[in-house]
Amino acid sequence: MQLYELTIKQAIELLKKGETSPKELLEALLSRIEAIDSKVKAFVTVTADEARAQLGNKTDGALSGIPLGIKDNMCTKGVRTTCSSRMLENFVPPYESTATQKLWDAGAVLLGKLNMDEFAMGSSTEHSAFFRTCNPWDLKRVTGGSSGGSAAAVASDMCLGALGSDTGGSIRQPAAFCSVVGLKPTYGRVSRFGLVAFASSLDQIGPITKTVEDSAILLNAICGHDPQDSTSAPEDMAGTPDFTKQIGRDIKGLRVGVPKEYFIEGLDAEVEKINRDAIKQLEALGAELVEVSLPHTDYAVPVYYIIAPSEASSNLARYDGVKYGFRAEGASDLMDMYMKSRSEGFGAEVKRRIMLGTYALSSGYYDAYYLKAQQVRTLIKKDFHDAFKHVDVIASPTTPEAAFLAGEKTSDPIKMYLSDIFTISANLAGNPGISLPCGFTKNGLPVGLQLIGKHFDEATVLKAAHAYEQSTDWHTRKPAL
Amino acid sequence: MSISSSDVSHIARLARLSITDKERDLFGSQLSDILTHIKKLEQLDTSGVEPTSHALLLENVDRADVVKGSLSEDEVLANAPDRHEGFYRVPKIIE
Repeated sequence: MQLYELTIKQAIELLKKGETSPKELLEALLSRIEAIDSKVKAFVTVTADEARAQLGNKTDGALSGIPLGIKDNMCTKGVRTTCSSRMLENFVPPYESTATQKLWDAGAVLLGKLNMDEFAMGSSTEHSAFFRTCNPWDLKRVTGGSSGGSAAAVASDMCLGALGSDTGGSIRQPAAFCSVVGLKPTYGRVSRFGLVAFASSLDQIGPITKTVEDSAILLNAICGHDPQDSTSAPEDMAGTPDFTKQIGRDIKGLRVGVPKEYFIEGLDAEVEKINRDAIKQLEALGAELVEVSLPHTDYAVPVYYIIAPSEASSNLARYDGVKYGFRAEGASDLMDMYMKSRSEGFGAEVKRRIMLGTYALSSGYYDAYYLKAQQVRTLIKKDFHDAFKHVDVIASPTTPEAAFLAGEKTSDPIKMYLSDIFTISANLAGNPGISLPCGFTKNGLPVGLQLIGKHFDEATVLKAAHAYEQSTDWHTRKPAL
Repeated sequence: MSISSSDVSHIARLARLSITDKERDLFGSQLSDILTHIKKLEQLDTSGVEPTSHALLLENVDRADVVKGSLSEDEVLANAPDRHEGFYRVPKIIE
């Protein structure tokens, strides 16, 4: 086994035993990036020098010497943070995001910054202003998005683990497309301080890893209340219960809800079969399957495409070419400078969403769109609340189909939006959700199983996910690169 | 649901985006399609339903009013596209 193939857990053990050194591990990963990232194109910036300098900063932390990749929308002090946008192409943050700071405090090292859809708006990483990241399982296909660089880098062993962010499925959907584990924690579990804002009531940072146990290890490191993010939950809710403790426990008697609204027309037959088999496997492991109903599922995408763009149009108003970011040349006056800078600095999808949000919030339309969407959000939240009276976790496909071809959906925004149909609800309701590998199509494309839990009950989600994972070998398969 | 091209121009102006005629037509038809999809929400009776702005029910979050350190002027201005001493420099605002 090559060093770059290690899981975080395995690397921690080898380092402890002295069978490898942090330096050796880091150099193995840097060589791996050197060897294959020209094919996969996951990294916007590789921080080899910074990583070497970080080694030895903390030798007794939970993650000492573990090289990780970070989605390029989390501020890293002194290291360019682009959001894969021309707007922030040369932005060097003067401060560090809380989630990444916690990783470095635990001894982890920054390997580099990972590609994404511009400002996290997209489901394929084709909306990066720089380049498209390729799916390691089939380079012609998309990685999913928006955390496509993070999922592809982990799947192709270019980092031991990564952080992504998830506003409507941006961790789970690429995890499913790339056959890795992606966890979106409960809203408020992880501080958003230093995460470039997209839709603040939905955004959440989480780990993308090779195994469920690694997911628990990274969540341990990044969770907790942060006084710098007033929407992070109080410490008694967000704090650290040690998520690895539930790992390895059996799931006998666990009540697994199967929402009938998720097995619908539009769900690819092969993906459905693979997911149904996975859910049967949970039953074989002792779980009790319970049919549940989430009656407002069909409304989740429309609600999301009012709320997320509305919040985005407000959040992205700050990019005015004055304080930081791109400024266009040759403006005649201040207004012209704003307009030119924003038009040249943002890509088409970002403009589309800013305009959609601006429309939904504009005078005369607010009640019909924004208020209405917020009311339906209440109904979607209640669906989960009601279902969780009867079950401990909810199981569903992560995506309605496996990874699609590059270019397949770029000209039709609605088609692209519908690829998040099963993941969006958990963001609207705030619940934690995980995607883990559960099989492959006949064409060799990965399929993900999604498990959604109660608010702040990632422990049960991780327990169930781990039990499934350990009873299969999907997570051990590697793409041929 | 369709948006007229003058609506699109108006929205773009509100959003401080200058768009070409071609973009105006493309965004116009795409936004119309998206809004048609969103219209589905009208099927639901939401009278009396409280709106949700946030997944967690957090109430006011207070902190002690204590003076803390902040970024230096140079750190704050380091990313400015144009600066003059301790200021951001922008094109003229009034004629």
